[in-house]
Amino acid sequence: MNSDTFRFSKSIKNLNSLLLILPMVLLFIGIYGGLMQTMFRAGIIQSDPFVGGDYYKGLTFHGVLNAIVFTTFFAVALGNALIPYSLKKHLNSKIAWTSGIMMLVGSVMAAVVILLGEATVLYTFYPPLKAHPLFYIGLTLLVVGSWLASYNWVPMYLQWRKENVGKKTPLAVVGMMTTFIIWFIATLAVAAEILFMLLPWSMGLVDEVNVMLARTLFWFFGHPLVYFWLLPAYVMYYSFMPKIAGGKLYSDMAGRLVFMMFIVFSIPVGTHHQYMDPAIGAEWKLLHGIFTFGVALPSLITAFTLAASLEYAGKKRGGKGLFGWMRKLPYFEKEKWFFAYLILGLFIFIFGGIGGIINASYQMNTAVHNTAWVPGHFHLTVAGPVLLAFLGGSLYLIGQFMHKEIRCKGWALISPYVYTVGLFIMSYGLKIGGLKGMPRRTNTGASYANPDSILYQQDWIFYIDLSVIGGVLMFIGIIMYLVSFFGTVFSKSSSTEEGAVITFPISEPYHDEPAKWLRNFKPYIIIAIILIVLSYTPVILDVLEATYGGSLPYSPNSPVPLR
Amino acid sequence: MDKSEKIAFTLSGMLLILFFGGIVYAAIVEDIDVPTCITNMEPFESDTLFQTGPDSYELQMVARMWSFQPSVVTLPVGSTVDLYVTSQDIIHGFKIERKNVNLMAVPGAINYMRVTFNEPGEYLFACHEFCGAAHHTMAGRIIIEPEMTEGP
Ligand code: HEM
Ligand SMILES: [Cu+2]
Ligand SMILES: [Cu+2]
Repeated sequence: MNSDTFRFSKSIKNLNSLLLILPMVLLFIGIYGGLMQTMFRAGIIQSDPFVGGDYYKGLTFHGVLNAIVFTTFFAVALGNALIPYSLKKHLNSKIAWTSGIMMLVGSVMAAVVILLGEATVLYTFYPPLKAHPLFYIGLTLLVVGSWLASYNWVPMYLQWRKENVGKKTPLAVVGMMTTFIIWFIATLAVAAEILFMLLPWSMGLVDEVNVMLARTLFWFFGHPLVYFWLLPAYVMYYSFMPKIAGGKLYSDMAGRLVFMMFIVFSIPVGTHHQYMDPAIGAEWKLLHGIFTFGVALPSLITAFTLAASLEYAGKKRGGKGLFGWMRKLPYFEKEKWFFAYLILGLFIFIFGGIGGIINASYQMNTAVHNTAWVPGHFHLTVAGPVLLAFLGGSLYLIGQFMHKEIRCKGWALISPYVYTVGLFIMSYGLKIGGLKGMPRRTNTGASYANPDSILYQQDWIFYIDLSVIGGVLMFIGIIMYLVSFFGTVFSKSSSTEEGAVITFPISEPYHDEPAKWLRNFKPYIIIAIILIVLSYTPVILDVLEATYGGSLPYSPNSPVPLR
Repeated sequence: MDKSEKIAFTLSGMLLILFFGGIVYAAIVEDIDVPTCITNMEPFESDTLFQTGPDSYELQMVARMWSFQPSVVTLPVGSTVDLYVTSQDIIHGFKIERKNVNLMAVPGAINYMRVTFNEPGEYLFACHEFCGAAHHTMAGRIIIEPEMTEGP
């Protein structure tokens, strides 16, 4: 068997196709919600014309389906694809299917209760707002299902290491394992929050909940969550992009160093989302801020390494001079449509990264916290580089697993450009609006943007309208993508099932150092645990000491507690 | 590691250290800080505003679904306010426009920030955390009155 192909079992191919197709449907619902939000905010609509309900129900399914469900499925599908492929070993298909089914059932369950209006608590589900217990159970199934998927990979990895003593683990495998190591540690906190606090409380088994403690546990999970989104995109940047561009990965060691740094710094940083919270000492907030700068470093290294890899590719393609290589990259080659998804994401991430450093900068957070600036910022990260890499990846993977030629490649190629233009317009509107004081998570159309309201804010209107224009373009971009995706899914297969092999564009390294100190996860996991204990013990102690009383559950519709 | 890679790594590290220096400067020299842990304050359930010095006030503010109490505060220009915020029900958010005040109002905890108003005018504060169906109507104003000219 050729070393850059692999024959997956039929059952795993079917599973992976399912893990790509179902979330695509949910993503469509989520993105439709995003479009409606921009209209609500401008006062164009007052209730959802298709699924009914108010702004906040839409905002809940928008956040949950796009940012939690779609992303988790893709990360699992990518791991299920790249780990067997790179290690040339087969998945245990029973475990893989069990995991897939748990995730499917959990997501559909959560989506249904949200759409029924029984869980209008947004994707952060802060108590004492209470959702239907099935919402919490659904999310738990999704998370536990994703754990199970990664347990499937561990024995394969260990076995490979035993058989290949002295060899480097393939970089893609290091990246996917890193993703799920971080995910596992982080989700422990949110699992504790849900299983020991929110679920019993929502079922009425316990009366009260400590809101600050729940919030702190949420953000223990909430920040590493963003790396869980980002790292699969990094895996594709490092392993696919240089090859697709016609070059090599500039430095293999940089890739490995970056992943290990993420393990170390991703988690002890969560209180940077709580800079404006009570009951946590400012000195501990600053400590989390310092570690956050630590986690910015691997992204800066990535920017350098990827740019150097692209320069190498551009020069090989005939680019001359300091910047000439930039013009030689395959931005508009139909056969290399995947490149557009990756390069546009990287370009967007320049702005997303700068915004992130601003938010993380301690006092500077005062100016932007919970204003519309924040969604303006994170659409430039999760709905930019992450979304585009995942969409490109989904289309590539579905073509491989279903053995189909990609349909409507022109549409697939143009889609990310349309989306990116819309994204910049929308994010600009949200960010500047936010700096003018516009709050996030707010149906401005019913008050601040309504000329009949005493709260009317004339100088926000232009920015709210910009976000409608941007939102419409983003939506059109996604529709173009879906034409290609579902066109491919429903087309005739290009080859007979039997002889079919799967291949991924895995880049070769340009500089390939032995980097023995980066070959084992263990020391980095240990350092991470030490940092987590050091940075979270004082935070939790502060919260326990400074809070008083517990909270009864509330519905979003009434100021009177539910019991 | 090749030379350009070393340079890139070093520059990245130095950039972050520079930013961090900015934070430390703002905290120490400009005295701008974020809210901290408050333990020396009795929990309060209703709002109060009282004067604590010639130009200084203490304001205890309560957020509830879907209003701030008090929702309009009038103070003379030059006032320094010790602002305490808490919530009676679910989580709310409180940010005064054009001011370095941004506080989460969380039930079971008290949040604090000191703020000085040197410019007369109206300052909107809008709830910025989702707090249920009428969250978008939850807002208030601080009105800073210009210096009274001494009458005859
Ligand atoms: C057509 C595309 C999209 C449009 C028009 C759109 C629009 C919006 C708008 C206007 C908000 C702000 C709501 C507010 O704070 O009041 C928002 C929030 C959000 N969006 Fe999007 N979005 C789109 C795609 C996405 C994608 C692809 C993702 C993630 C993969 C995403 C993730 C989120 C999240 C997590 C929130 C925050 C929800 C919350 O605060 O609870 N969006 N979106
Ligand atoms: Cu974060
Ligand atoms: Cu509110």
